[in-house]
Amino acid sequence: MSVPHALLALLSEGPKYGLQLREEFEAGTGEVWPLNVGQVYKTLGRLERDGLAESDDAGQEGPQKRFRITADGRQALADWLRTPPDLTSPPRDELVMKVLVAARVLGTDAHEVIQAHRLYLLELMQQWTRLKEGEARDDLSLALVVDAEIFRLDAVIRWLDAAEVRLARAAAAPPRPAAAPDPAPRLRRLEARR
Amino acid sequence: MSRPGAGGDPASVLELRGVSKTYGQGPAAVRALAGVDLSVRAGEMVAVMGPSGSGKSTLLTIAGSLEDPTSGEVLVCGMPLAEMPRKRRARLRRRAIGYVFQDFNLLPGLTAAENTALPLELDNVPVRKARTAGLAALAALGVADRAGWFPDQLSGGERQRVAIARAVVGDRRLLLADEPSGALDSVNAGDVMRLLHEACQRGVAAVVVTHDAQLAAWADRIVLLRDGRMTGHTTRPPGPESLLMPEETR
Repeated sequence: MSVPHALLALLSEGPKYGLQLREEFEAGTGEVWPLNVGQVYKTLGRLERDGLAESDDAGQEGPQKRFRITADGRQALADWLRTPPDLTSPPRDELVMKVLVAARVLGTDAHEVIQAHRLYLLELMQQWTRLKEGEARDDLSLALVVDAEIFRLDAVIRWLDAAEVRLARAAAAPPRPAAAPDPAPRLRRLEARR
Repeated sequence: MSRPGAGGDPASVLELRGVSKTYGQGPAAVRALAGVDLSVRAGEMVAVMGPSGSGKSTLLTIAGSLEDPTSGEVLVCGMPLAEMPRKRRARLRRRAIGYVFQDFNLLPGLTAAENTALPLELDNVPVRKARTAGLAALAALGVADRAGWFPDQLSGGERQRVAIARAVVGDRRLLLADEPSGALDSVNAGDVMRLLHEACQRGVAAVVVTHDAQLAAWADRIVLLRDGRMTGHTTRPPGPESLLMPEETR
């Protein structure tokens, strides 16, 4: 979440005070992402330093200061909106690591491990869905945030389903023919990739 | 309509006890369900999730008394189905159980109101009374203004609302739904689940079979099925407030 650009977006609607920005930021993100007031003023200070925002009265401090977006700020906001976030390298996902490890550690039932995570994720999805059913019903920002989280969790559950099928398939596969006298080809391949 | 089964939970609308189902015999036998226990109370929505071939649809047809288990016991509204004469069973099926299908299954030659009233008319409820109950069900689902429309004049979302109205019309106690959102997009599919959940909040018990976690997440409890066995279920999660900022940080 880019706080500077979110604040620029709010300032693009008109001049605002710091506390007002904090309130509008939280309302605009469905109150899912908290933002403390210190963080708001620190970010505004940086935006001002970089010429992306300016304050009404340089002499006043704290809550009395009103900020407005500059032309450079508008351009920076427009550029940011159209620049895709960097998703090229996969994140080091803890759950992926756990399943990879479960598949390798002798005596570990990987399906049981997957099941435990699946149930946890489903319960989280239930909680987000309750939010969708209640508070998010008439709050577009919150509905969008909740949808994003539900789709993310759904993707993880689907990955667990796929992992389970792959593990079952691997376990049922006939042993490799003698031409490949490798005691643990799958594990070696994983190691080689590191 | 309530004669509690021996040892049954009086609040249970549906109870499966050690239900197994095997199709075929000998080496060709296929075990679809193996010792499934499930209890669904009035007002509760349970989602049954599992990969294809896990026994989800078999569980639903047995719960709806459309098929008999090979072994085990099924109780609907506290009454053991196995002990019930055929006619009484058919009556229970018509009066107490509503079905929602993936492809809606509305009759194209009937209006929304006629489709909704049909289960009651088939049960010999006088036409006017059936019609009034049908209109009330359409109103509860927000499609009263479509009462005179035919299915092909309705949007996908409206068709599914009418299908749900038909499933809950009259005094249905148990709602059985098989992939109830059909081919609807995720927002409209969510609306369908919201409507089913609201029906539960009015006191109906529901079992929804789906492979879709987003739909299952609307349920109060999610049961996982694999190779005919129940492999796990969610416990009631904390409320959604745990996802929001605590007041003091605001």
